[in-house]
Amino acid sequence: MIVELGHFALIVAFAVALAQAVIPLVGAHKGWRDWMLVANPMATVQFLLVAFSYAALTYAFLVSDFSVKLVVDNSHTLKPLIYKISGVWGNHEGSLLLWVLTLALFGASAAWFGGNLPASLQARVLAVQSAITAAFMAFTIFTSNPFTRLANPPFDGTDLNPLLQDPGLAFHPPFLYLGYVGLSMSFSFAIAALIEGRVDAAWGRWVRPWTLAAWVFLTIGIATGSWWAYYELGWGGFWFWDPVENASLMPWLFAAALLHSAIVVEKRETLKSWTILLAILGFGFSLMGTFIVRSGLLTSVHAFAMDPERGVFILMILAFFMGSALMLFAFRAPILEAKGVFATVSRESALVVNNVLLAVSSFVIFIGTMWPLFAEMLFDRVLSVGPPFFNTAFTPFMVALAMVLPIGAMLPWKRGNLQRTLRPLWGLAIFSVAMGALTWALQTGNSPLVPIGLALAVWVVLGVCADLWSRTGRGDIAGRLRRLTRLPRADWGKATAHAGLGISIFAVASLMGWETEDIRVVQIGETYEKGAYTLTLQSVDRVQGPNYVSTMATIEAERDGRHVTTLFPEKRFYPIAGMPTTQAAIDYGVWRDLYITLGDPQDNGGWAVRTYIKPFANWLWFGCFLMALGGIFSLSDRRYRVAAGAERRPQNTVPAE
Amino acid sequence: MTRLWIIALSLLLAFPGPAMAVQPDEILDDPALERRARVISEGLRCLVCRNESIDESNADLARDMRLLVRERLVEGDSDQEVLSFIVERYGEYVLLRPTTEGINIVLWIAAPVLFIIAVLSAGLYLRRRDKAPELAGDSLSEEDRKRLQELLKE
Repeated sequence: MIVELGHFALIVAFAVALAQAVIPLVGAHKGWRDWMLVANPMATVQFLLVAFSYAALTYAFLVSDFSVKLVVDNSHTLKPLIYKISGVWGNHEGSLLLWVLTLALFGASAAWFGGNLPASLQARVLAVQSAITAAFMAFTIFTSNPFTRLANPPFDGTDLNPLLQDPGLAFHPPFLYLGYVGLSMSFSFAIAALIEGRVDAAWGRWVRPWTLAAWVFLTIGIATGSWWAYYELGWGGFWFWDPVENASLMPWLFAAALLHSAIVVEKRETLKSWTILLAILGFGFSLMGTFIVRSGLLTSVHAFAMDPERGVFILMILAFFMGSALMLFAFRAPILEAKGVFATVSRESALVVNNVLLAVSSFVIFIGTMWPLFAEMLFDRVLSVGPPFFNTAFTPFMVALAMVLPIGAMLPWKRGNLQRTLRPLWGLAIFSVAMGALTWALQTGNSPLVPIGLALAVWVVLGVCADLWSRTGRGDIAGRLRRLTRLPRADWGKATAHAGLGISIFAVASLMGWETEDIRVVQIGETYEKGAYTLTLQSVDRVQGPNYVSTMATIEAERDGRHVTTLFPEKRFYPIAGMPTTQAAIDYGVWRDLYITLGDPQDNGGWAVRTYIKPFANWLWFGCFLMALGGIFSLSDRRYRVAAGAERRPQNTVPAE
Repeated sequence: MTRLWIIALSLLLAFPGPAMAVQPDEILDDPALERRARVISEGLRCLVCRNESIDESNADLARDMRLLVRERLVEGDSDQEVLSFIVERYGEYVLLRPTTEGINIVLWIAAPVLFIIAVLSAGLYLRRRDKAPELAGDSLSEEDRKRLQELLKE
């Protein structure tokens, strides 16, 4: 009964969404205030209905209602509670409902917190957002209904894909969806502004928090996915240039470009049409990502819904929204007049460079991802584009980005003097290069990867410090330190996120350049050496888990005769899903991870064991965490709390300092 | 297109069991040769997996290909000869690093060309902005200005 109510709620929500996509638009066009304002309660109602529908599906998973097809396919009574909850979105239909829920949530947030938007702009934003939601609801209801019942319910389910039964992956998709869908807000704002025919500083200030939030969610989503791949897939890779990973990286890069160019719109009222275009393309790439994941057009580790019919439906959604948005852009962009004038050497120009690098690097990924498809359809060549291509084609842009970042971040707005900006940076540049050279001289092997990565990281991080220090003005150290603590949160956000990027660059370089590996057969009781560690395989046991059987090895690690840790690498078998998985055992450390996986038993009684030393692995996720944290700092800056906050009347304000 | 769907289907059946890729018994005694084998393996696609190199995959076919690569290396082939041997046998699809032959050149030069175009147009735009006169007047209406003042005061 509850399941049917959930289904019904979704259909009603669809009707509400359709109405909300039309009535406020008409109202805004005709200037009918009540028609505009109706969008607000509608957005709330729509969200509540979808939330109920989602809760109903979750309920079906929680009580293991095996008359629902989706529950049968993706759950099992023995499955731990957390994976019953995450099982809701661990499949095509359920994850689509989560998409719809997030879309409705963002729409409702624009209604709740957008009280100080001009009424017509808010009405148009809500209408566009609702049109997107309606399209995805139609997709859910007509092609991928999660509420389908079975005539003959089985006694038990077929279990969730064991690879997905993992805390890292349980929370990876919701964050990604929040990110993808967050970009729909920027898109809605862009379309609304194009219809209004006006983009000004206020618009930049309204659109930036949404973009920033989407970018933060995407960062967290991508980082958790990468972390999951690192410890779950069994050889410690963190990025595979898989089409689905690329599908999330492209919107991330666009969102990063957009949140930088929105600053220019906000502060200098220029780069307007470019910013609008970025907002449109950013969401376009989100949709493209969804299309890639769900159509199965590009095969990948993640694709869980290989169905041409669904692919065509998403392609239609993509074509409709991108086609109409770009057409509107072509007609309206010329009237968006830039106001601020700036010199060629200025912060504005530096941000243009940032945007060029981010956008082009994103297009590189796009071309690489889609090329096998083009080549097959147009030239009848079946070929692959894999990591070697992406590493070669993508890396130079990131290197260039890191090189210009500290300079651009310190250039003044409007008109800068390159000599003056560079003066405090010369020393840092020389120091960074020297550090790189030192690393090159000290390391074994002569791969330039880590030295370059290290030099760039030092350059970026020190550049951040120099930027912060320069913001404290002149005077004695104590006064400057005091001013440092009083810098606006946006400044701290910028510094934190940029430092995070630097640290991530170093970690990627060191993982790719310095990782060492050891593959061997080990007898029980045998001791072997890896790097500075002495490892002993003490035993291999059979262990019964809640819904799996495990073969678990016990390996003791010693260093200089002292016990470091005991590791338990596992091979699990999930009998219901009939699938084996590997659980690597990892000793996390600040300077290195000790990473061990257990392989197959050998004919002579030993076990295959893989041991890796992964230098600075944790720094990668720490860097991503810093980037996300920087975004959150910026988001909590006073000017966004005021702009995006709930409607408030001016009170007896304290005069500004 | 149908070929793609067949591949997709066969992939569904051969879900990659994440486990050991290179087995201890495959490793060559000569470390230099083994290192070359690893580099070559990383650039070859496992045909029955979803987007995995034969170095990462534990499918049987990937193991066969790894052994084949090592066999050729032991025979004295150069890296390039091994690659051409494998491509001849399995087709261009196995190469994770696409060649620059024929239309593929577009893929390789797309990035630099796009970058140059982007830099040129950005440069032109910046020069124009530099010369443009500051726009007099303000598009904010009186009501908007008041509202902005209010907001800024908050």
